[in-house]
Amino acid sequence: MHECPVCEAEVPISEDPLEGELLECEECGMELEILALDPVTLGEAPDAEEDWGE
Amino acid sequence: MGRGRPERSGTVIRVAIAGGSGYAGGELLRLLLAHPDAEVAQVTSERFAGKFVHRTHPNLRGLTRLKYVPLGELSSCDLLFSCLPHGASARHIDLFLANAERVIDLGADFRLGDVGEYERFYGEPHPRPGLLGRFVYGIPELNRDALRSTSLVACAGCNATVSILALRPLFLEQVAKSAVIEVKVGSSEAGNRASEASHHPERSGAMRSYKPTGHRHLAEIRAVLNGRDAVQAGAAVAITAGGAAAGSEARTPAPLPHIHFSATAVEMVRGILATCHVFLREDLDEKDLWRIYRRAYADEPFVRIVKERTGIHRYPDPKLLAGSNYCDIGFERDPHARRVVVMAAIDNLMKGAAGQAVQAFNIMHGLPERRGLEFPGLHPA
Repeated sequence: MHECPVCEAEVPISEDPLEGELLECEECGMELEILALDPVTLGEAPDAEEDWGE
Repeated sequence: MGRGRPERSGTVIRVAIAGGSGYAGGELLRLLLAHPDAEVAQVTSERFAGKFVHRTHPNLRGLTRLKYVPLGELSSCDLLFSCLPHGASARHIDLFLANAERVIDLGADFRLGDVGEYERFYGEPHPRPGLLGRFVYGIPELNRDALRSTSLVACAGCNATVSILALRPLFLEQVAKSAVIEVKVGSSEAGNRASEASHHPERSGAMRSYKPTGHRHLAEIRAVLNGRDAVQAGAAVAITAGGAAAGSEARTPAPLPHIHFSATAVEMVRGILATCHVFLREDLDEKDLWRIYRRAYADEPFVRIVKERTGIHRYPDPKLLAGSNYCDIGFERDPHARRVVVMAAIDNLMKGAAGQAVQAFNIMHGLPERRGLEFPGLHPA
């Protein structure tokens, strides 16, 4: 279990997490990203950005 | 015997409803007819005596063949729910106690413990002041332990319930300096008696400030949140006179916060949305607020924290709660002021009346608290 950086709720992580993996906090609904694996670090996922077709 | 009768799970508790023809009575009947441990033996109404209950509650057609009886024909039962208007329960309390071992009053007569406060807010002397203090104030989140052992319950007012649940965590932690509560309420809160104000051309589309100050429920809200002894079984409300939670870490008692309350009638049949502006003694960040609310409600079966940054359902909305016993609570800290806005929503006829009463009924009888109250509401509604 890891802690949501927004509301501090427990967020379950899979046994084989991937860097960049997206998760959702069940309590506050925040979309989270696994920023690092050792140790596992969660951050707020960036909003989807427009790539202007590039 | 009507259709859809639930399977009984054990000893049946025989109940009666006094004053069952109103909206709260109808909602209570709907819940109790489906409750596996309750059997509704009698429902009273003077106006509709001799008529089937589905005459006033058409959603119950085919579920029961009960007919209304006058109050004078009340016979013995295990528990009596009173849905009579304020003043009437107190006048008939001896009849109730002669016929029932336990009484749950959905009205206002026994909520306040202070005779002076009752007179100030209700404009008349209390008809049975000697009974004040014997009823447990019926919000389970406050008085669960006391409900387990009492035979007398005074359910809280609907606006008081939503306001108290919204603000109590902040008051328990003594972080609130003052609070301004504004509730938007549906038309069912005014009951089922027609009036000029409820006439369709007048009421439809209205956004009517009907009680900017001096609402009766303010007496309950202040009594509970400020921990005065004005609430029934005040000792059961685990707040000391200083406002701190009994048994919590000792803190210097802070001055009692000012609490203000206004009510606005809006275009809605069921539901209350309370928007509470809380001015804080100290700066708190959002994580502090999450901790405070999680500490208060993490284990509560009918209180949910609703606070999301995205999506269309970010904060509580009474529309989603129609028919359910939930109280949804959300909050947002003002980044530019020492203020937090707390939003809370309930169905006034459920968590604010009949649902709260059935929750108390379950606790009093040692039943699972959610029994008969599992309906989650409708979406879309």
